[in-house]
Amino acid sequence: MSIWQTSSTRKFPWSNRPGLLLALLALLLALLALLAVSLGPVPIPLGQLWGFLRGGEIPSSSRNILLHVRLPRAAAAVLTGAALAVSGAILQSVLMNPLAGPNVIGVNAGSGFFVLGAAILFPGQWSVTPAAAFAGALLACGIIYTLAARTGASRITIVLAGVAVSGFFGAGSDAITVLTPDTWMGANTFLVGGFSGVTGDQIRFALWYILGGLLAALLSAHDLNVLALGEETAQSLGLPVKGRRLFFLAAAAVLAGGGVSIGGLLGFVGLIVPHAARFLTGEDNRILLPAAALLGGSFVVGCDLLSRLIFAPYELPVGILLNFIGGPFFLWLLLRERRHTR
Amino acid sequence: MTGSVLSLREVTGGYHGEAVLRGLTMDFPRGKVTALVGPNGCGKSTLLRLCARLLKPLSGEILLEGRPLESIPRRELARMVSILPQSRPVSGIPVYSLVAHGRFPYLGYPRKMSQRDKDKVAEAMALTGVEEYRHRSVAELSGGERQKAYFAMALAQDTPLVLLDEPATYLDLGRQLELMELIRLLQGQGKTVVAVLHDLPQALEWADHLAVMEDGRLAGEGSPEKVFQSGTLERVFGLAGHRVTAAGKEHYLFTKP
Repeated sequence: MSIWQTSSTRKFPWSNRPGLLLALLALLLALLALLAVSLGPVPIPLGQLWGFLRGGEIPSSSRNILLHVRLPRAAAAVLTGAALAVSGAILQSVLMNPLAGPNVIGVNAGSGFFVLGAAILFPGQWSVTPAAAFAGALLACGIIYTLAARTGASRITIVLAGVAVSGFFGAGSDAITVLTPDTWMGANTFLVGGFSGVTGDQIRFALWYILGGLLAALLSAHDLNVLALGEETAQSLGLPVKGRRLFFLAAAAVLAGGGVSIGGLLGFVGLIVPHAARFLTGEDNRILLPAAALLGGSFVVGCDLLSRLIFAPYELPVGILLNFIGGPFFLWLLLRERRHTR
Repeated sequence: MTGSVLSLREVTGGYHGEAVLRGLTMDFPRGKVTALVGPNGCGKSTLLRLCARLLKPLSGEILLEGRPLESIPRRELARMVSILPQSRPVSGIPVYSLVAHGRFPYLGYPRKMSQRDKDKVAEAMALTGVEEYRHRSVAELSGGERQKAYFAMALAQDTPLVLLDEPATYLDLGRQLELMELIRLLQGQGKTVVAVLHDLPQALEWADHLAVMEDGRLAGEGSPEKVFQSGTLERVFGLAGHRVTAAGKEHYLFTKP
């Protein structure tokens, strides 16, 4: 039985033309980001946008909206999407589990709990947030991985362990928001996941974590391929398995932490997008990871745009929309898993 | 150099602190095909895993080319020993990519294959006959095709010592004979091959050296002819051995006593 049933019976038309695929995905991302910046209660025509990007003069109202609302928000969505998607792709490879994703195995929840804790201890200090998010993500990764390594736990067991880890950290987060409701006004949005109040500061600090995590992952994608062959095969090929696995789990935690510290507890991005990307590229992480990054950015910026437009002038936190899409997708994955393991 | 490539000295090994191998001392002769035979659970796979350092011995010493096995850096070890394990998680990557991973021990950063690496991969695919389905996913292959693909990966690794754990599994008789010819070919290139084999007549016919294991110990070893004569096989397996002549050649045959 294959670990990745998606790939067992089909060919990947794009795996031979990775450059073209990545270029197209980058184009898609640019297009959606432009739309996200242009559309809203006060539409900013593309002409004005173009002028602004070239450093020209545009009406100050448009300029303020762009600088303080639309651009930070679009950047936040793209970064968060890319980070969570690549984090998910890495976790799926390292745990050899197609059901893994940062929210499924409790990495998001661990990250969220630490972020809320940091918000109480260091109110208003955005520079602490990504570090706290990373620590929480790493802790959750560590728990799940130890469990998987110790018991050789099946895929479904890992998912159930994720439920337990999520429940535990979620309870902690709930306790914090109930006991200290005034610490952080944005706590509710954070728990649902969304970008409505995102600030430049939030992005600035998380940016380095995300870029660092992406770079580390992309530069070592080949080793991830070897690791995904299984522990013994990787070892007999001379890969220092323990060290590399720790490295990749840390990279996944940095990325998930970076994503969470900007976008809050966005569910399922890290589960859906890697599968969609794998559908296009096959399992070579050297193509899969960049494709997942571009696709993740596109997906979240697109969903965020949608969540702003559907009920305009009201907006739905994008986390809600993502859960509406992600829940059924996860059920479908589980069903497929059952079919193939019977 | 002559003598033995790999030597075990009083090696005890097993899982979770429980010994499967008990104080095994043996040598694998250089440039020869050694067949390991023995009843299920006697420790053949454990022995191979110890030799490839996939498992740490509980006590005793393993020497590879005279050097303690655990002192050899992983990457260097991967250029000296390759192993075809009995089972492993199945990957969904194309056959070509799988075989190419055999060159991993030779790739420096940024993991780019040289022409020599590509030639080795092509050679391994041609020898094993996986060339024709090089673009198919490993996951969708039949058991035998998959076994050959993993064998090709081990060949691409191009190591002087090749460990094969039941390489004939999943192969039909025709493919099994091709496999044996391939093992001979490797030996002809100067490699040392150690293979766990289930088929006793096959082991007797193809091996240069036969090691019979029983309950974590060495029950007997030597040339196939000598081992057959000694009656060790009959005792360990509880079978009666015969020699028959067919197609102008002598063959071994085992029956219930």
